[in-house]
Amino acid sequence: MLQYILRRLVTLLITLVGIMVVTFFISLVVPIDPLAAIAGPQAPQETVERLRTLYGFDQPIYVQFSRYLQRLMHGDLGTSFQTGRPVLDDIFQYFPATIELATMALIVSIVVGIPLGILSAVYRNSYIDHFSRILSLIGVSMPVFWLGLVLLLIFYFKLGWFPEPGRLDIMLIEPERVTGFLLIDSLIAPDWEVLWDALKHMALPASVLGLYGLAGIARIVRSSMLDVLSQEYIKTARIKGLNEFLVLTRHALRNALVPAVTVIGLTYGGLLEGSVLTETIFSWPGLGRYLATAFLTLDLNAVVGGTMLVALTFSLANLAVDLVYAFLNPKITLAQP
Amino acid sequence: MNLTNALNKSEARRQRRDARRRYWKDSYILWRRNHLMVAGTGIIVFLLLVAAAAPLLATHNPYEQILPDRLLPPSTQHYFGTDSLGRDIYSRVVYGSRVTLTIALLVAAISTPLGLVIGVLAGYSGGALDEILMRLSDIFLAFPKLILAIAFAAALGPGVENAIVAISIANWPSYARLARAETLSVRNNDYIQVIRSMGASSLRIMVGHITPMCLSSIIVRLSLDMGTIILTAAGLGFLGLGAQPPVPEWGLMVSDGRQFLVDQWWVSTLPGFAILIVVMGFNLLGDGFRDILDPHQRQS
Repeated sequence: MLQYILRRLVTLLITLVGIMVVTFFISLVVPIDPLAAIAGPQAPQETVERLRTLYGFDQPIYVQFSRYLQRLMHGDLGTSFQTGRPVLDDIFQYFPATIELATMALIVSIVVGIPLGILSAVYRNSYIDHFSRILSLIGVSMPVFWLGLVLLLIFYFKLGWFPEPGRLDIMLIEPERVTGFLLIDSLIAPDWEVLWDALKHMALPASVLGLYGLAGIARIVRSSMLDVLSQEYIKTARIKGLNEFLVLTRHALRNALVPAVTVIGLTYGGLLEGSVLTETIFSWPGLGRYLATAFLTLDLNAVVGGTMLVALTFSLANLAVDLVYAFLNPKITLAQP
Repeated sequence: MNLTNALNKSEARRQRRDARRRYWKDSYILWRRNHLMVAGTGIIVFLLLVAAAAPLLATHNPYEQILPDRLLPPSTQHYFGTDSLGRDIYSRVVYGSRVTLTIALLVAAISTPLGLVIGVLAGYSGGALDEILMRLSDIFLAFPKLILAIAFAAALGPGVENAIVAISIANWPSYARLARAETLSVRNNDYIQVIRSMGASSLRIMVGHITPMCLSSIIVRLSLDMGTIILTAAGLGFLGLGAQPPVPEWGLMVSDGRQFLVDQWWVSTLPGFAILIVVMGFNLLGDGFRDILDPHQRQS
């Protein structure tokens, strides 16, 4: 097991270096001159030249790359052209909102997806099975940005059940920032009004992302449950007179959940990428929207920093999944990479 | 002697033909039995027909702006209403099917051969080359696909062509991994040894004898990915990083209608509905393919 963890960590390290190379490459191929973007179209030639030397764009590529690595080692991601602040500060400000939303969405998809998967396996080909399969199909086929718009149209504009897009009502004051997670901060404060309002604001975007996550989870739980339920030891458990609920929970579910762990981890990555579109729709002040704006305005440092952070989170989530999986299923560690 | 030989040969040929016919017949029966896949096939065939017959089906010119007719609700004149520039949304959705199909097919045509070549090469040669190619694909897999596609689309500049390149860049690694896994599983089979001992070159073995073995799983994977490819393209269009106005791309159309969502709901929602239906069709088809090509399923 220890050896396995070490091997995975080495792979992660290689991947990290690769991520840096790829993000650097992305910043290189950008066709428009970032300097023109900073200086403005009317800037005189000498200003542009001075900025070029200031930002080091006049150096050869390998010098630029080594400088870039050096800066990364010091945790310096450069300054965002858009906000004029260090990218790292921006990320610290926006990232918790994204994590909060993605985690909430994951909770929604697990809480709904796993029971749905179990029910549709146990009552195979019944109405509940059809319902769950259709819901999964819609979940994977739905453009999240479209679902977001439709939900906003119905539940905010027409019915008024949920508040406007955003993270918090403008009339409410944010609690003192401790963790950056609004739900936790308002608990610490404690400010129940803010907590309730934040939850209401989160409901729609978390459902949109949750439907997407639910689809994969319900699917895998259903198929692995079907697999497990046809095993001999389930028959044995039933024959010895165990009640059906215990057979399902204690004997079947335990083994059926192992493959679900992988899917849940992958779903988290999927939710992170879905956040770019969902946050744009719901004006959610998170990393996804920050990234989308940065991409559109070609705010290079923000693009590179944000992409790197997303890739890092994604890789760590995958690593965590693999480790949990190896822990649950010891056969994995013995296999060759 | 010669006669029996010839008889045997024609007999063998006949048997092969029968086997092939049986295979297709079984596939057809499995297809018929899978109602969802029939539905998916129906949707995709419909999409192909619409794309092919777009000029006949469209009631208006999808690019023509008639400003006095802007933001009209759906009616018999304009089935899906008109957008903020007075263009007929129904005709734009019909022509949009061509854009969507082009993107999906070109991404498939670029990323699968690329993944196939890299995967087979890595799996067959092994050693350092394998290590390098697979670490390279690991790096690409470390990014969520949509983020990687957005990053490349932004870097290359917006536009349909660049969106296609960006999505292909994000997609090839999964095909490479799959092709490599399949290659590893057949590489040391007896039949490959026999061919090699007969003097076949590595290139010939890879192209003629290993690649065909990878095809069925790649096709299944591709058909499952088709939906995601379309969703990614639509997402890029929606963010303004994919197709650019006035191209009638569905994601872009959803984005165009955003500001009129409250009072003119049709501008945004109807093109999005088209995306949903088409992606659903591809997903149903992909699921069905997986079941049909799965040997375990065939036996029952």
